[in-house]
Amino acid sequence: MKKIVFAVAALALATTAAFADVIADRQAVMKENAKQVGTLVKMVKGEAPFDAAAVVAALTALNDNVQKIDVAASFPAGSDKGDTTASPKIWEDLAGFQAQVDKFKEVTAAAVASPAADLDALKAQVGTIGQTCGTCHEAFRVKKG
Amino acid sequence: MAVFRKIAVAALALGGAGAAIFWWLTVPERLAPDMLAALGTGDTGRGQRIFDAGGCASCHARPKSEGDARLQLAGGVELKTQFGTFVAPNISSDPNDGIGAWSLEDFANAMLKGVSREGQHLYPAFPYASYARMKPADVADLYAFLKTLPAVEGRAPDHELGFPFNIRLGLGLWKQLYLSDQPVVAFAEGTPDKVLHGRDLVEGAGHCGECHTPRSLAGGTEKGQWLAGARAAEGDGVVPNITPEGKDISGWSEADIAGYLETGFTPEFDSVGGTMVEVQKNMARLTAADREAIAAYLKAIPPQANGYPAQQPKPAG
Repeated sequence: MKKIVFAVAALALATTAAFADVIADRQAVMKENAKQVGTLVKMVKGEAPFDAAAVVAALTALNDNVQKIDVAASFPAGSDKGDTTASPKIWEDLAGFQAQVDKFKEVTAAAVASPAADLDALKAQVGTIGQTCGTCHEAFRVKKG
Repeated sequence: MAVFRKIAVAALALGGAGAAIFWWLTVPERLAPDMLAALGTGDTGRGQRIFDAGGCASCHARPKSEGDARLQLAGGVELKTQFGTFVAPNISSDPNDGIGAWSLEDFANAMLKGVSREGQHLYPAFPYASYARMKPADVADLYAFLKTLPAVEGRAPDHELGFPFNIRLGLGLWKQLYLSDQPVVAFAEGTPDKVLHGRDLVEGAGHCGECHTPRSLAGGTEKGQWLAGARAAEGDGVVPNITPEGKDISGWSEADIAGYLETGFTPEFDSVGGTMVEVQKNMARLTAADREAIAAYLKAIPPQANGYPAQQPKPAG
Protein backbone atom coordinates (compact mmCIF):
# COMPACT_ATOMS: atom_id res chain seq x y z
CA MET A 1 0.00 0.00 0.00
CA LYS A 2 2.80 2.34 0.99
CA LYS A 3 4.52 1.58 -2.29
CA ILE A 4 1.43 2.56 -4.24
CA VAL A 5 1.08 5.81 -2.32
CA PHE A 6 4.73 6.53 -2.88
CA ALA A 7 4.44 5.75 -6.58
CA VAL A 8 1.42 8.00 -6.95
CA ALA A 9 3.14 10.80 -5.05
CA ALA A 10 6.27 10.41 -7.13
CA LEU A 11 4.24 10.46 -10.30
CA ALA A 12 2.37 13.57 -9.18
CA LEU A 13 5.65 15.30 -8.37
CA ALA A 14 7.15 14.24 -11.67
CA THR A 15 4.11 15.56 -13.55
CA THR A 16 4.30 18.92 -11.80
CA ALA A 17 8.01 19.14 -12.49
CA ALA A 18 7.43 18.19 -16.12
CA PHE A 19 4.83 20.96 -16.49
CA ALA A 20 7.19 23.43 -14.88
CA ASP A 21 9.67 22.65 -17.66
CA VAL A 22 7.00 22.86 -20.36
CA ILE A 23 5.85 26.20 -18.98
CA ALA A 24 9.40 27.56 -18.76
CA ASP A 25 10.14 26.38 -22.29
CA ARG A 26 7.10 28.00 -23.88
CA GLN A 27 7.74 31.21 -21.96
CA ALA A 28 11.27 31.20 -23.37
CA VAL A 29 9.80 30.87 -26.88
CA MET A 30 7.53 33.86 -26.24
CA LYS A 31 10.44 35.93 -24.86
CA GLU A 32 12.47 35.13 -27.97
CA ASN A 33 9.53 36.15 -30.19
CA ALA A 34 9.24 39.41 -28.26
CA LYS A 35 12.95 40.10 -28.78
CA GLN A 36 12.68 39.77 -32.58
CA VAL A 37 9.42 41.73 -32.73
CA GLY A 38 11.09 44.36 -30.56
CA THR A 39 13.75 44.97 -33.19
CA LEU A 40 10.98 45.73 -35.68
CA VAL A 41 8.80 47.80 -33.33
CA LYS A 42 11.74 50.05 -32.42
CA MET A 43 12.12 50.95 -36.10
CA VAL A 44 8.38 51.55 -36.47
CA LYS A 45 8.39 53.86 -33.45
CA GLY A 46 11.42 55.73 -34.78
CA GLU A 47 13.60 54.64 -31.87
CA ALA A 48 15.94 52.91 -34.30
CA PRO A 49 16.71 53.69 -37.96
CA PHE A 50 15.15 51.49 -40.65
CA ASP A 51 17.63 48.75 -41.53
CA ALA A 52 16.53 46.32 -44.24
CA ALA A 53 19.13 43.68 -43.32
CA ALA A 54 18.13 43.78 -39.66
CA VAL A 55 14.47 43.42 -40.70
CA VAL A 56 15.25 40.28 -42.67
CA ALA A 57 17.31 38.88 -39.80
CA ALA A 58 14.58 39.54 -37.23
CA LEU A 59 11.77 38.17 -39.41
CA THR A 60 13.80 35.05 -40.20
CA ALA A 61 14.61 34.39 -36.55
CA LEU A 62 10.98 35.01 -35.60
CA ASN A 63 9.67 32.68 -38.27
CA ASP A 64 12.17 29.90 -37.41
CA ASN A 65 11.07 30.15 -33.81
CA VAL A 66 7.36 30.20 -34.63
CA GLN A 67 7.45 27.26 -37.04
CA LYS A 68 8.81 25.13 -34.20
CA ILE A 69 5.73 25.69 -32.00
CA ASP A 70 4.13 22.30 -31.34
CA VAL A 71 0.83 22.64 -29.51
CA ALA A 72 0.67 19.00 -28.40
CA ALA A 73 4.19 19.07 -26.93
CA SER A 74 4.13 22.56 -25.40
CA PHE A 75 0.54 22.67 -24.17
CA PRO A 76 -0.21 19.26 -22.66
CA ALA A 77 -3.53 18.99 -20.78
CA GLY A 78 -3.10 20.20 -17.20
CA SER A 79 -0.34 22.68 -17.98
CA ASP A 80 -2.65 25.62 -17.23
CA LYS A 81 -1.74 24.96 -13.58
CA GLY A 82 1.33 26.64 -12.15
CA ASP A 83 3.15 29.85 -12.92
CA THR A 84 1.55 30.40 -16.31
CA THR A 85 -0.84 32.81 -17.97
CA ALA A 86 -2.12 30.14 -20.38
CA SER A 87 -5.92 30.28 -20.18
CA PRO A 88 -7.97 27.13 -19.52
CA LYS A 89 -9.76 28.10 -22.74
CA ILE A 90 -6.83 26.60 -24.67
CA TRP A 91 -7.98 23.12 -23.62
CA GLU A 92 -11.67 23.92 -23.92
CA ASP A 93 -11.14 24.92 -27.55
CA LEU A 94 -7.99 23.13 -28.64
CA ALA A 95 -8.97 23.31 -32.31
CA GLY A 96 -9.46 27.07 -32.08
CA PHE A 97 -6.10 27.46 -30.37
CA GLN A 98 -4.37 25.31 -32.99
CA ALA A 99 -5.99 27.46 -35.70
CA GLN A 100 -4.49 30.59 -34.10
CA VAL A 101 -1.04 28.99 -33.96
CA ASP A 102 -1.35 27.94 -37.61
CA LYS A 103 -2.36 31.49 -38.50
CA PHE A 104 0.71 32.82 -36.68
CA LYS A 105 2.92 30.41 -38.69
CA GLU A 106 1.29 31.61 -41.93
CA VAL A 107 1.80 35.28 -41.03
CA THR A 108 5.49 34.96 -40.11
CA ALA A 109 6.21 32.75 -43.14
CA ALA A 110 4.55 35.30 -45.43
CA ALA A 111 6.58 38.08 -43.81
CA VAL A 112 9.86 36.27 -44.43
CA ALA A 113 8.82 35.59 -48.02
CA SER A 114 8.43 39.33 -48.68
CA PRO A 115 10.24 41.30 -45.98
CA ALA A 116 9.47 45.01 -45.77
CA ALA A 117 11.77 47.09 -47.95
CA ASP A 118 10.88 50.44 -46.43
CA LEU A 119 9.46 51.92 -43.25
CA ASP A 120 5.86 52.17 -44.48
CA ALA A 121 5.85 48.53 -45.52
CA LEU A 122 7.36 47.62 -42.16
CA LYS A 123 4.61 49.48 -40.33
CA ALA A 124 2.01 47.40 -42.17
CA GLN A 125 3.95 44.19 -41.58
CA VAL A 126 4.39 44.84 -37.85
CA GLY A 127 0.70 45.78 -37.67
CA THR A 128 -0.30 42.39 -39.09
CA ILE A 129 2.06 40.51 -36.79
CA GLY A 130 0.89 42.50 -33.76
CA GLN A 131 -2.75 41.80 -34.55
CA THR A 132 -1.99 38.09 -34.77
CA CYS A 133 -0.34 38.23 -31.33
CA GLY A 134 -3.29 40.17 -29.93
CA THR A 135 -6.03 37.99 -31.38
CA CYS A 136 -4.57 34.87 -29.80
CA HIS A 137 -3.77 36.59 -26.49
CA GLU A 138 -7.30 38.02 -26.42
CA ALA A 139 -8.86 34.57 -26.32
CA PHE A 140 -6.21 32.31 -24.84
CA ARG A 141 -4.16 34.25 -22.30
CA VAL A 142 -5.37 35.24 -18.84
CA LYS A 143 -3.82 37.74 -16.42
CA LYS A 144 -3.35 36.45 -12.90
CA GLY A 145 -2.88 38.27 -9.63
CA MET B 1 -62.77 48.92 17.09
CA ALA B 2 -61.80 52.56 17.31
CA VAL B 3 -58.35 51.49 18.48
CA PHE B 4 -58.06 49.09 15.58
CA ARG B 5 -58.99 51.83 13.16
CA LYS B 6 -56.37 54.16 14.64
CA ILE B 7 -53.71 51.50 14.25
CA ALA B 8 -54.76 50.87 10.69
CA VAL B 9 -54.60 54.58 9.86
CA ALA B 10 -51.18 54.90 11.52
CA ALA B 11 -49.89 51.89 9.62
CA LEU B 12 -51.24 53.24 6.36
CA ALA B 13 -49.69 56.64 7.03
CA LEU B 14 -46.35 55.05 7.90
CA GLY B 15 -46.56 52.78 4.90
CA GLY B 16 -47.47 55.76 2.78
CA ALA B 17 -44.51 57.74 4.09
CA GLY B 18 -42.24 54.77 3.45
CA ALA B 19 -43.58 54.39 -0.04
CA ALA B 20 -43.14 58.12 -0.64
CA ILE B 21 -39.54 57.98 0.54
CA PHE B 22 -38.92 54.87 -1.54
CA TRP B 23 -40.44 56.61 -4.55
CA TRP B 24 -38.36 59.73 -3.89
CA LEU B 25 -35.18 57.64 -3.65
CA THR B 26 -35.84 55.45 -6.65
CA VAL B 27 -37.73 57.52 -9.22
CA PRO B 28 -35.64 57.94 -12.37
CA GLU B 29 -34.24 61.47 -12.37
CA ARG B 30 -33.78 63.29 -15.65
CA LEU B 31 -31.33 66.04 -16.58
CA ALA B 32 -31.80 69.54 -15.21
CA PRO B 33 -32.55 72.32 -17.74
CA ASP B 34 -29.13 73.98 -17.33
CA MET B 35 -27.42 70.71 -18.31
CA LEU B 36 -29.68 70.41 -21.34
CA ALA B 37 -28.75 73.93 -22.40
CA ALA B 38 -25.05 73.02 -22.10
CA LEU B 39 -25.39 70.22 -24.68
CA GLY B 40 -25.11 72.55 -27.68
CA THR B 41 -25.61 71.28 -31.20
CA GLY B 42 -22.97 68.60 -31.61
CA ASP B 43 -20.20 67.99 -34.15
CA THR B 44 -19.95 64.66 -36.00
CA GLY B 45 -16.15 64.77 -36.39
CA ARG B 46 -15.53 65.29 -32.70
CA GLY B 47 -18.25 62.75 -32.02
CA GLN B 48 -16.34 60.05 -33.85
CA ARG B 49 -13.43 60.57 -31.45
CA ILE B 50 -15.78 60.14 -28.48
CA PHE B 51 -17.18 57.03 -30.15
CA ASP B 52 -13.66 55.58 -30.33
CA ALA B 53 -12.69 56.73 -26.85
CA GLY B 54 -15.80 55.07 -25.46
CA GLY B 55 -15.35 51.96 -27.57
CA CYS B 56 -19.10 51.94 -28.26
CA ALA B 57 -18.65 49.43 -31.09
CA SER B 58 -16.97 46.90 -28.80
CA CYS B 59 -20.30 46.16 -27.13
CA HIS B 60 -22.91 47.53 -29.54
CA ALA B 61 -21.64 46.17 -32.87
CA ARG B 62 -22.48 42.51 -33.46
CA PRO B 63 -20.05 40.18 -31.67
CA LYS B 64 -16.66 39.82 -33.46
CA SER B 65 -17.39 42.53 -36.05
CA GLU B 66 -14.49 43.89 -38.09
CA GLY B 67 -14.12 46.83 -40.47
CA ASP B 68 -17.26 48.70 -41.50
CA ALA B 69 -19.44 46.14 -39.72
CA ARG B 70 -18.26 47.82 -36.50
CA LEU B 71 -20.44 50.78 -37.42
CA GLN B 72 -23.59 48.65 -37.60
CA LEU B 73 -24.70 48.92 -34.01
CA ALA B 74 -27.19 46.06 -33.86
CA GLY B 75 -26.09 44.98 -30.38
CA GLY B 76 -25.94 41.42 -29.12
CA VAL B 77 -22.64 41.26 -27.20
CA GLU B 78 -23.20 39.46 -23.90
CA LEU B 79 -21.67 40.40 -20.58
CA LYS B 80 -21.93 37.51 -18.12
CA THR B 81 -21.67 38.86 -14.58
CA GLN B 82 -22.51 37.73 -11.05
CA PHE B 83 -25.82 39.59 -11.40
CA GLY B 84 -26.83 37.79 -14.58
CA THR B 85 -26.25 38.16 -18.31
CA PHE B 86 -26.55 41.61 -19.84
CA VAL B 87 -27.03 41.94 -23.59
CA ALA B 88 -25.99 45.15 -25.34
CA PRO B 89 -29.00 46.59 -27.21
CA ASN B 90 -29.35 47.90 -30.74
CA ILE B 91 -28.29 51.58 -30.71
CA SER B 92 -28.26 52.01 -34.48
CA SER B 93 -30.25 54.81 -36.06
CA ASP B 94 -33.17 52.47 -36.78
CA PRO B 95 -36.26 54.31 -35.45
CA ASN B 96 -38.00 51.14 -34.19
CA ASP B 97 -35.27 48.73 -33.09
CA GLY B 98 -32.48 51.25 -32.44
CA ILE B 99 -32.41 54.78 -31.07
CA GLY B 100 -33.13 56.63 -34.31
CA ALA B 101 -36.26 58.19 -32.82
CA TRP B 102 -34.46 59.48 -29.73
CA SER B 103 -33.97 63.22 -29.30
CA LEU B 104 -30.66 64.63 -28.09
CA GLU B 105 -32.36 65.12 -24.72
CA ASP B 106 -33.36 61.44 -24.60
CA PHE B 107 -29.81 60.40 -25.48
CA ALA B 108 -28.22 62.73 -22.92
CA ASN B 109 -30.55 61.37 -20.22
CA ALA B 110 -29.37 57.84 -21.03
CA MET B 111 -25.68 58.81 -21.06
CA LEU B 112 -25.58 61.13 -18.07
CA LYS B 113 -28.48 59.92 -15.90
CA GLY B 114 -28.93 56.27 -16.90
CA VAL B 115 -32.59 56.84 -17.82
CA SER B 116 -34.19 55.40 -20.95
CA ARG B 117 -36.43 57.28 -23.35
CA GLU B 118 -39.40 55.62 -21.65
CA GLY B 119 -38.22 56.99 -18.31
CA GLN B 120 -36.93 53.71 -16.87
CA HIS B 121 -33.63 53.13 -15.11
CA LEU B 122 -30.99 51.56 -17.36
CA TYR B 123 -28.64 48.94 -15.92
CA PRO B 124 -25.13 50.22 -15.19
CA ALA B 125 -23.67 47.44 -17.36
CA PHE B 126 -24.10 50.37 -19.75
CA PRO B 127 -21.41 52.35 -17.96
CA TYR B 128 -23.27 55.60 -17.37
CA ALA B 129 -21.66 55.87 -13.93
CA SER B 130 -18.58 56.86 -15.96
CA TYR B 131 -20.41 58.73 -18.72
CA ALA B 132 -22.06 60.92 -16.07
CA ARG B 133 -18.65 62.61 -15.78
CA MET B 134 -18.53 63.48 -19.49
CA LYS B 135 -18.84 67.05 -20.71
CA PRO B 136 -22.37 67.67 -22.03
CA ALA B 137 -20.88 68.97 -25.31
CA ASP B 138 -19.07 65.62 -25.81
CA VAL B 139 -22.39 63.81 -25.40
CA ALA B 140 -23.96 66.04 -28.08
CA ASP B 141 -21.01 65.36 -30.41
CA LEU B 142 -21.45 61.62 -29.93
CA TYR B 143 -25.18 61.94 -30.62
CA ALA B 144 -24.42 63.78 -33.86
CA PHE B 145 -21.98 61.06 -34.95
CA LEU B 146 -24.34 58.17 -34.09
CA LYS B 147 -26.97 59.86 -36.29
CA THR B 148 -24.64 59.37 -39.28
CA LEU B 149 -24.37 55.59 -38.78
CA PRO B 150 -26.60 53.11 -40.65
CA ALA B 151 -29.98 51.93 -39.38
CA VAL B 152 -29.96 48.22 -38.60
CA GLU B 153 -33.17 46.30 -38.01
CA GLY B 154 -33.62 43.70 -35.32
CA ARG B 155 -33.57 43.81 -31.53
CA ALA B 156 -30.96 42.11 -29.40
CA PRO B 157 -32.28 39.58 -26.86
CA ASP B 158 -33.36 40.81 -23.40
CA HIS B 159 -31.07 40.71 -20.37
CA GLU B 160 -31.27 37.52 -18.32
CA LEU B 161 -31.32 38.58 -14.68
CA GLY B 162 -32.60 36.87 -11.55
CA PHE B 163 -34.50 38.47 -8.64
CA PRO B 164 -33.93 41.10 -7.26
CA PHE B 165 -31.73 42.43 -10.04
CA ASN B 166 -34.60 42.26 -12.53
CA ILE B 167 -36.41 45.04 -10.60
CA ARG B 168 -35.26 48.21 -12.31
CA LEU B 169 -36.66 50.55 -9.66
CA GLY B 170 -34.00 49.24 -7.24
CA LEU B 171 -31.41 50.95 -9.43
CA GLY B 172 -32.63 54.27 -8.05
CA LEU B 173 -30.97 53.33 -4.75
CA TRP B 174 -27.84 52.22 -6.58
CA LYS B 175 -27.68 55.61 -8.27
CA GLN B 176 -27.98 57.38 -4.91
CA LEU B 177 -24.74 55.63 -3.96
CA TYR B 178 -22.77 55.61 -7.18
CA LEU B 179 -23.99 58.17 -9.72
CA SER B 180 -22.16 61.50 -9.66
CA ASP B 181 -20.95 63.95 -12.27
CA GLN B 182 -17.94 64.91 -10.11
CA PRO B 183 -14.40 63.79 -11.09
CA VAL B 184 -12.99 60.86 -9.12
CA VAL B 185 -9.48 62.28 -8.75
CA ALA B 186 -9.37 65.88 -7.56
CA PHE B 187 -6.27 67.70 -8.77
CA ALA B 188 -4.75 70.85 -7.29
CA GLU B 189 -5.10 74.19 -9.01
CA GLY B 190 -2.50 74.58 -11.74
CA THR B 191 -2.52 70.93 -12.82
CA PRO B 192 -1.51 70.79 -16.50
CA ASP B 193 -4.36 70.76 -19.03
CA LYS B 194 -2.94 67.55 -20.46
CA VAL B 195 -3.63 65.71 -17.20
CA LEU B 196 -7.13 67.18 -16.96
CA HIS B 197 -7.86 66.19 -20.56
CA GLY B 198 -6.63 62.68 -19.71
CA ARG B 199 -8.97 62.68 -16.74
CA ASP B 200 -11.92 63.50 -19.01
CA LEU B 201 -11.05 60.58 -21.28
CA VAL B 202 -10.20 58.00 -18.60
CA GLU B 203 -12.89 58.78 -16.02
CA GLY B 204 -15.59 59.72 -18.55
CA ALA B 205 -16.02 58.40 -22.09
CA GLY B 206 -13.15 55.88 -21.84
CA HIS B 207 -14.77 54.35 -18.71
CA CYS B 208 -11.45 52.66 -17.81
CA GLY B 209 -12.48 52.46 -14.14
CA GLU B 210 -15.35 50.09 -14.93
CA CYS B 211 -12.91 47.20 -15.35
CA HIS B 212 -9.73 48.48 -13.66
CA THR B 213 -11.37 49.42 -10.33
CA PRO B 214 -12.67 46.85 -7.82
CA ARG B 215 -16.39 46.84 -7.07
CA SER B 216 -18.39 46.70 -3.87
CA LEU B 217 -20.93 43.92 -3.24
CA ALA B 218 -23.58 46.23 -4.67
CA GLY B 219 -21.58 46.48 -7.88
CA GLY B 220 -20.38 50.09 -7.58
CA THR B 221 -16.76 51.03 -8.18
CA GLU B 222 -14.69 51.57 -5.02
CA LYS B 223 -13.47 55.13 -5.54
CA GLY B 224 -10.90 54.71 -2.73
CA GLN B 225 -9.16 52.07 -4.87
CA TRP B 226 -9.48 53.91 -8.16
CA LEU B 227 -7.82 51.98 -11.05
CA ALA B 228 -6.13 49.64 -8.54
CA GLY B 229 -6.99 46.58 -10.63
CA ALA B 230 -9.77 44.11 -10.01
CA ARG B 231 -11.00 40.62 -10.57
CA ALA B 232 -12.29 40.32 -14.13
CA ALA B 233 -16.09 40.55 -14.44
CA GLU B 234 -15.99 37.46 -16.63
CA GLY B 235 -13.75 34.40 -16.15
CA ASP B 236 -11.00 33.78 -13.59
CA GLY B 237 -8.45 36.41 -14.48
CA VAL B 238 -7.64 39.83 -13.09
CA VAL B 239 -7.56 43.27 -14.66
CA PRO B 240 -4.23 44.96 -13.87
CA ASN B 241 -3.53 47.77 -11.45
CA ILE B 242 -2.81 50.81 -13.66
CA THR B 243 -1.97 53.29 -10.91
CA PRO B 244 1.72 54.26 -10.56
CA GLU B 245 1.95 51.39 -8.05
CA GLY B 246 0.80 48.67 -10.50
CA LYS B 247 3.54 46.11 -11.10
CA ASP B 248 2.74 45.91 -14.79
CA ILE B 249 3.18 49.58 -15.56
CA SER B 250 5.11 51.11 -12.64
CA GLY B 251 8.28 51.06 -14.74
CA TRP B 252 6.61 52.51 -17.84
CA SER B 253 7.21 56.08 -18.95
CA GLU B 254 4.39 58.24 -20.30
CA ALA B 255 5.71 57.51 -23.79
CA ASP B 256 5.60 53.77 -23.03
CA ILE B 257 1.94 54.00 -22.01
CA ALA B 258 0.98 56.09 -25.04
CA GLY B 259 2.98 53.72 -27.29
CA TYR B 260 1.20 50.68 -25.84
CA LEU B 261 -2.20 52.25 -26.50
CA GLU B 262 -1.13 53.02 -30.06
CA THR B 263 0.70 49.80 -31.06
CA GLY B 264 -0.49 47.16 -28.60
CA PHE B 265 3.10 46.37 -27.61
CA THR B 266 4.46 46.75 -24.09
CA PRO B 267 7.96 48.22 -23.59
CA GLU B 268 9.14 44.58 -23.35
CA PHE B 269 7.42 43.92 -26.72
CA ASP B 270 4.86 41.61 -25.20
CA SER B 271 1.47 42.11 -26.86
CA VAL B 272 -1.83 43.33 -25.49
CA GLY B 273 -4.17 40.52 -24.44
CA GLY B 274 -7.59 39.66 -23.05
CA THR B 275 -10.40 42.20 -23.26
CA MET B 276 -7.81 45.00 -23.55
CA VAL B 277 -7.26 43.94 -27.18
CA GLU B 278 -10.58 45.52 -28.19
CA VAL B 279 -9.88 48.59 -26.08
CA GLN B 280 -6.42 49.08 -27.58
CA LYS B 281 -7.81 48.94 -31.12
CA ASN B 282 -10.14 51.80 -30.15
CA MET B 283 -7.35 53.76 -28.43
CA ALA B 284 -5.23 53.42 -31.58
CA ARG B 285 -7.88 55.49 -33.41
CA LEU B 286 -7.55 58.46 -31.06
CA THR B 287 -5.10 61.28 -31.66
CA ALA B 288 -1.54 61.04 -30.34
CA ALA B 289 -2.36 63.97 -28.04
CA ASP B 290 -5.30 62.03 -26.56
CA ARG B 291 -3.13 59.01 -25.83
CA GLU B 292 -0.44 61.21 -24.29
CA ALA B 293 -3.08 62.85 -22.11
CA ILE B 294 -4.28 59.45 -20.87
CA ALA B 295 -0.67 58.53 -20.06
CA ALA B 296 -0.10 61.81 -18.21
CA TYR B 297 -3.24 61.26 -16.13
CA LEU B 298 -2.26 57.68 -15.22
CA LYS B 299 1.11 58.95 -14.00
CA ALA B 300 -0.54 61.70 -11.94
CA ILE B 301 -3.16 59.67 -10.02
CA PRO B 302 -2.65 58.37 -6.46
CA PRO B 303 -0.78 55.04 -6.28
CA GLN B 304 -2.86 52.13 -4.93
CA ALA B 305 -2.09 48.62 -3.70
CA ASN B 306 -3.59 45.93 -5.94
CA GLY B 307 -7.38 45.86 -5.86
CA TYR B 308 -7.50 42.08 -6.24
CA PRO B 309 -6.35 39.31 -3.90
CA ALA B 310 -2.90 37.80 -4.37
CA GLN B 311 -2.85 34.62 -6.40
CA GLN B 312 -3.70 31.61 -4.25
CA PRO B 313 -0.83 29.14 -4.09
CA LYS B 314 -1.88 26.11 -6.10
CA PRO B 315 -2.22 22.83 -4.22
CA ALA B 316 0.57 20.42 -5.12
CA GLY B 317 -0.11 18.02 -7.97
